[in-house]
Amino acid sequence: MTDHSATAQRGTDRVKRGLADMLKGGVIMDVVTPEQATIAEEAGAVAVMALERVPADIRSQGGVARMSDPSMIAAITAAVSIPVMAKARIGHFVEAQVLQSLGVDYVDESEVLTPADEANHIDKHAFTVPFVCGATNLGEALRRINEGAAMIRSKGEAGTGNVVEAVRHIRAITGEIRRLASLSRDERYLAAKQLQAPFALVDEIAESGQLPVVLFTAGGIATPADAALMMQLGSDGVFVGSGIFKSGDPAKRARAIVEATTYADDADVVAKVSHDLGDAMVGINLDDLPASERLAQRGW
Amino acid sequence: MRDPTIGVLALQGDVVEHLRMLDDVGARALPVKRADQLDALDGIVLPGGESTTIGKLLALYGLMEPLRRRLADGLPAFGTCAGAILLSRATRFPDGRPSDQPLLGAMDTVTRRNAFGRQVASFEADIGVRGLDGPVHAVFIRAPWFDEVGPGVEVLAEVDTPVGARVVVARQGRLLASSFHPELASDGRLHAMFVAAVRAGKGTGKGS
Repeated sequence: MTDHSATAQRGTDRVKRGLADMLKGGVIMDVVTPEQATIAEEAGAVAVMALERVPADIRSQGGVARMSDPSMIAAITAAVSIPVMAKARIGHFVEAQVLQSLGVDYVDESEVLTPADEANHIDKHAFTVPFVCGATNLGEALRRINEGAAMIRSKGEAGTGNVVEAVRHIRAITGEIRRLASLSRDERYLAAKQLQAPFALVDEIAESGQLPVVLFTAGGIATPADAALMMQLGSDGVFVGSGIFKSGDPAKRARAIVEATTYADDADVVAKVSHDLGDAMVGINLDDLPASERLAQRGW
Repeated sequence: MRDPTIGVLALQGDVVEHLRMLDDVGARALPVKRADQLDALDGIVLPGGESTTIGKLLALYGLMEPLRRRLADGLPAFGTCAGAILLSRATRFPDGRPSDQPLLGAMDTVTRRNAFGRQVASFEADIGVRGLDGPVHAVFIRAPWFDEVGPGVEVLAEVDTPVGARVVVARQGRLLASSFHPELASDGRLHAMFVAAVRAGKGTGKGS
């Protein structure tokens, strides 16, 4: 038997990024109660995001959106065996410390909550718990990775049920990665400057042709076809927020989105699971959304 | 002899990492999502991921029974983390209560999910594995361990835990299971061990 204690290390980049690797090809669902968490797990979710209000309700109710009550997070953690994520406000490192203390498996430093710091994000290297952060383009993704994010999700526009921003952001990120991969080494310095990102990360991506962390898509995914679209556009998996529990038949829709994510490249499966799902969430046209209510613009 | 064809179950999880590592150790590796792909395989890898998600999809997409039959007929398999849980005959929650999730049940083992704790307790460490020279760099992510192994199961690695020594690598004939993720490090020796067992068994019909 090995005494591995001499070499054992927690909270390394590999351990933090490793959990995101285990979530690939899966669906992470927003839940606000233990009952919803159980429905999500039963439907095949790979993780749940425990929060007090789904983004659609944050939108309609307004006010400052903060980290959830620890009792609520604890109740959800007790209800399921899959990983539990929870959101901290951008820059609010004490909320993140609290979430780590509660034993959540991933912290989402999220623009869906009201930002606590308009200049600085959390120094995520200082934590044992891994972080996922939102990004609208590659430069933003690399700044978050540089701060220690172990997983990236494209932001989309949360709580709208409208996938147009999610498509814009995943295409921006994957398109910029493809462009980097075409650059010679001497062209990468300028690219780093333009992306406002560290050269070392730009160079690494230009060589590998991929992000060094897992990339999920979020914000506006409401149907199985939306999820499959994101997978075909190069996403490693999807977050579904308001789209499930703001719909007519959450359990059925949740399962359908899981199946469409796994079999995203098989239109027969996506067609089969799309039948008779009841009402989708109503959704918001982005043209009707004033700039002040656009969550994706939070974070820098 | 032609390279053995090893499928990686690709319903969810860290499939690409296994495909890459199998390729590195000289196997023909391909992702598998459908029952009709099982016939062409000389071996299968069950990757890390969420065991509940993968188990449900196995059942829902008609893979569970065909895969059980192939495993019973001697198809070699290697499961890491969630894969080790799926291969076990029973699994438990961290507190010891039984979990009734769908399993393949090919190995005479009982696993305990997330036995080392939640993500903040996940770790990487060097551990010794019987049959390999020098330690393996092991990445444990919300990892299970083996609570029980039957008489036909060899213990290849154990680690010290607060509750005593616990099994983390087990082998039963040509079925191999590890609590940790060799595919997340750069050491391909466990994959090579598995592929060697697949090669050794090819053409001899049933596995041991």
